Amino acid sequence: MDLTMLWYLVPSVVMFAAGVYGFCTRKNMIALLISLELVLNAADLNFVVFNRFLFPDSMEGMVFTLFAIAIAAAETAIAIAIIINIYREVGNTDINSVKQMKF
Amino acid sequence: MDYSQFGAMLPELIILGVFFVVLLWDVFGGESARKALTPLTTILFGLATVAIWILPSSNIAAFGGMYVDDMACKTMKAILNVGVFIVLLQSAKWVESDQVAIRKGEFYELMLVTLFGMYLMISARHFLLFVIGLESASLPLAAMVAFNKRHYESHEAAFKYIITAVFSSAVLLMGLSFVYAFSGGSLYFNDIAAAVIGEESGLLVCALAFVIAGIGFKLSLVPFHLWTADVYQGAPTAVTSYLSVISKGSAAFAFFVIFVQAFGTLYSALWEWMMYAVIIATITVGNLFAIRQKNMKRFMAFSSISQAGYIMLGVMTESALGLGSMMYYIFVYIVSNLAVFSVISAIENKTGKLSMDDYDGLHKTNPWLSFAMTLAMFSLAGIPPFAGFFSKFLIFTSVTASNSMALYMLVLIALINTIISLYYYLLVVKAIWINPGEAKVESFKSDGSQRVALWICVAGIILFGLVSSIYQYCIDSATNLIML
Repeated sequence: MDLTMLWYLVPSVVMFAAGVYGFCTRKNMIALLISLELVLNAADLNFVVFNRFLFPDSMEGMVFTLFAIAIAAAETAIAIAIIINIYREVGNTDINSVKQMKF
Repeated sequence: MDYSQFGAMLPELIILGVFFVVLLWDVFGGESARKALTPLTTILFGLATVAIWILPSSNIAAFGGMYVDDMACKTMKAILNVGVFIVLLQSAKWVESDQVAIRKGEFYELMLVTLFGMYLMISARHFLLFVIGLESASLPLAAMVAFNKRHYESHEAAFKYIITAVFSSAVLLMGLSFVYAFSGGSLYFNDIAAAVIGEESGLLVCALAFVIAGIGFKLSLVPFHLWTADVYQGAPTAVTSYLSVISKGSAAFAFFVIFVQAFGTLYSALWEWMMYAVIIATITVGNLFAIRQKNMKRFMAFSSISQAGYIMLGVMTESALGLGSMMYYIFVYIVSNLAVFSVISAIENKTGKLSMDDYDGLHKTNPWLSFAMTLAMFSLAGIPPFAGFFSKFLIFTSVTASNSMALYMLVLIALINTIISLYYYLLVVKAIWINPGEAKVESFKSDGSQRVALWICVAGIILFGLVSSIYQYCIDSATNLIML
C-alpha cells in the first residue's frame, strides 16, 4: 500500500475541523488555546506535505513551517499571560466570566 | 554573507534604531533618566518621521525580492509615522499617570515593535515575510490592549483580541498552505500570480476566502469584525486610537498589494464578488450599529468599521489611481480619527467620562475641544470644505473610472451609506452644541502635548483637502509601486 498525499491531507483536514469545532464549543480558555494549536498545526502539516509531495526539490514549505511554529509558540505565550491576568482578576478561566462588554 | 542588503531596509533600520535607544534608555537609565523617556521618545520618533519623509527610497528589491522598498511603500510608511507621532503626543499625559508611569518604557517599546511589523507587512513581496510582519504587528498589540492592569475591561478586551487574532492567523496560514499547493513551490507574490492564471478550482476559492478572512480580521471587515467594539472599548484610549488608524492603514496597504499582485490574475474570476459582498456588508453594518452606541469608544469602533469599508473600495479598482486614493484616504482618516480620539482622551483623563450623554453642552465649558471635535466629525462624515470630503470624492472617482456597472452600483451603495453616517456623526455635534441642559464636563485646560496633537490634526483636516499637492504626491508615489 502506497502512502499517497491523501493519507496526510485527511488527518490535516480532520485536525482543522476539530480545532474549529473546539474553538466554537469549548468553555475553558486553555481548551480554546489547545483548539487553536490544532488549527495552526493543521496548516503546518499541509505545508510540509505539499512541499514533500509536490515540490520535492525546494524547501520553501518546510522553512515556512519552521517560522510558523515559532510564531505559534509566541502567540500561545502571550495568550497564556493574558489568561493568567484574567485568572487573577476573576478567579477562574471560564469564558463565561469575561462577558461584561457586549452589543 | 552579504550584509549590504540590509542597507535597502532604511526605514526599518531607523525604527529599530529608535527602538534600541528607547529600550536601552529604559533599562539602563536611572530613575531620573527615565523621567525624560517620554520627551526622548517623542523627539526621536519625530526625527525618524522627518527622516523617512525626506530620504529618497532606494527603489530596489532586497533578499531575492522578498523585501521591496519603493516610493509607494515609503510614502505609506511615512503616513503611518505621522499617525504614530500624533498618538505619542496625545498619549503623553496618560503615560505619565500614576498607574502607567512605571511601565511607560514597555508601552513605547511595544508600539515601536508593532510599527516595525507593519513596515515589514507593507514592504513584503513574499508570504513568509508578510506573515512574520503580520504577527509581529498583532501580537505586541495584544499586550498593549492589556496595558491597564488594574482595569478588568482591559483584560477582557485583550483576551478577546488575542483569541480572535490567533484564530484568524491560523485560518490565514491554512489558506496560504492551499495557495502553496498551486504556486509551483514558491511563495513569492509574482510567482503565485503566474502560477494561478486560469486556475478555477474549489480549493483556490477556499484558499482566497481564508486569506480574505485572515487579513479582514486585521481590518475588521464585517463578518470578522465582532472583536472590534469590545477591544476598542476595553483598551486604554491611546491604544484604541493606535489600533483604529495605524494597524488598519498598514493592513489595507498590504491587502491591496497581495490581492492586486499575488491574486491579481484571479480578480474577475474569483475574488471580485467576494469583495463586493464584504465591502457592502462592512459599510452598512458598521453604520447601522454605530447609530445605537452611547459609549464614545464603541461608537468610534463601529465608525472605523464602516470607514474600513470605504478604504477597501480602493482595492476594487486594481489601479495606481485607486492605491493613491486609498493612501490619501488613510492619511485623512488618520488625522480626523486621531482628532476625535485626542478629544476623547483629554476628557477621559480629566473626568473619566466616556458616554455621549456627558458631551451635552460641552461648548459652554470647553469651546476649543468642541470646535476640534466638530471639525473632525464633519471630516469623517465628508462635509465639503474639510479633508474627509475630498478623500471620499477621490476614492469614489477612482472606483468609477473603470466604467463597470457593478462598480457603479457599489459606489451608489457607499454613497447612500455616507448619508446614514452623516446622521450619527452629527449626533455627537448635536450633543455638543444643541442639546439643552447644563454642561456635564467642567471647564479644564488640556495638557500641552495633547493640544499640539489636536492642532496638528485640525490643521490636517482643514489643509489636506485644499492643498492638492498632497493628493498628487500620493498618486505619484502609488504609480511607482514595484510589482516585480
